[in-house]
Amino acid sequence: MKRFLYILPLAGFLLIGVYLAIGLGLDPQKLPSMLEGKPVPAFDLPGLEGRDEKGFKNTDLQGDVSLVNVFGSWCVACRVEHPFLMTIKKNGWVPIHAIDWREPDRQAGPAWLRRHGDPYTLAGDDPRSVAAISFGVTGAPETFVVDKQGIVRYKHVGPITKEVWTGTLEPLIAHLREQGG
Amino acid sequence: MRSVLAALLLAVLAVPALAVQPDEILKDPALEARAREVGKELRCLVCQNQSIDDSDADLARDLRVLVRERIVAGDSNREVIDYVVSRYGDFVLLNPPFKLKTYALWFGPGAIIAFGLFAIFLFFRRRTGEVSPGTGANALSEAEKQKLARLIDEDRS
Repeated sequence: MKRFLYILPLAGFLLIGVYLAIGLGLDPQKLPSMLEGKPVPAFDLPGLEGRDEKGFKNTDLQGDVSLVNVFGSWCVACRVEHPFLMTIKKNGWVPIHAIDWREPDRQAGPAWLRRHGDPYTLAGDDPRSVAAISFGVTGAPETFVVDKQGIVRYKHVGPITKEVWTGTLEPLIAHLREQGG
Repeated sequence: MRSVLAALLLAVLAVPALAVQPDEILKDPALEARAREVGKELRCLVCQNQSIDDSDADLARDLRVLVRERIVAGDSNREVIDYVVSRYGDFVLLNPPFKLKTYALWFGPGAIIAFGLFAIFLFFRRRTGEVSPGTGANALSEAEKQKLARLIDEDRS
């Protein structure tokens, strides 16, 4: 009993140490998505000015596995992932659709795409965060993997890099295509 | 002295400035008051320790507008909050909900205090045992009492 009491402070210290180490390792910006495993929320966005008239709505997300990418011309990290999105587009790996989020005006998004290249299949303009909030978006860029039935399977926060693609997205997309899911 | 007091009073009376913009405010004061109540509960996802009413972030503004649209459309406060939680999870609530996953959060501090009080109680109980002779295990046996009485008698004589 007495020996146990001597060990107690050390045990307490270790316990708190482990607890804090885990806490420090967590990224508070990384939030679990509420949507994973659920159907894409209903939305219907107008198209980008001068790009297409079709717009982008939730019912478009059926038939093939696809990515829904939230970007904005104001978003610096979107610039970072943009070249890799172009690579995906060029190789035809997976269709990428865009939610153009919180542009200061109707021209900003399309102008940005004209300048840097347009990796998107469908694109919708979301200046008032209507679709962004229903997706639970907290920042840009964020990317959702949607399966053939229009179910959200994964949410990636931050730029899509080569590592993210080969490590996470590519295997997941291959898996979703295989199971017909 | 008086000016110092006045300055102190002003500092105490100062209220934090809200980020709610004039063009967002609803015409109906009752609905606006409800929107404020809901807004206080919801965390801004960008600057995470502020409520959406306190935050200047664009996303917070859009959430405030959404809260007002839903209230005007006839949602109850609960329904508005539930909608936002369905999108962003419990994290969006500044007050953590009371449920199985959060019991540790709600009961943890009380449990730690109870443990501490119990430890203090044990500590003092043992100490009192040590310092007060003649009670409990330290009490004199019948033989010791007789021996003591004899010694005292010897001393007197």
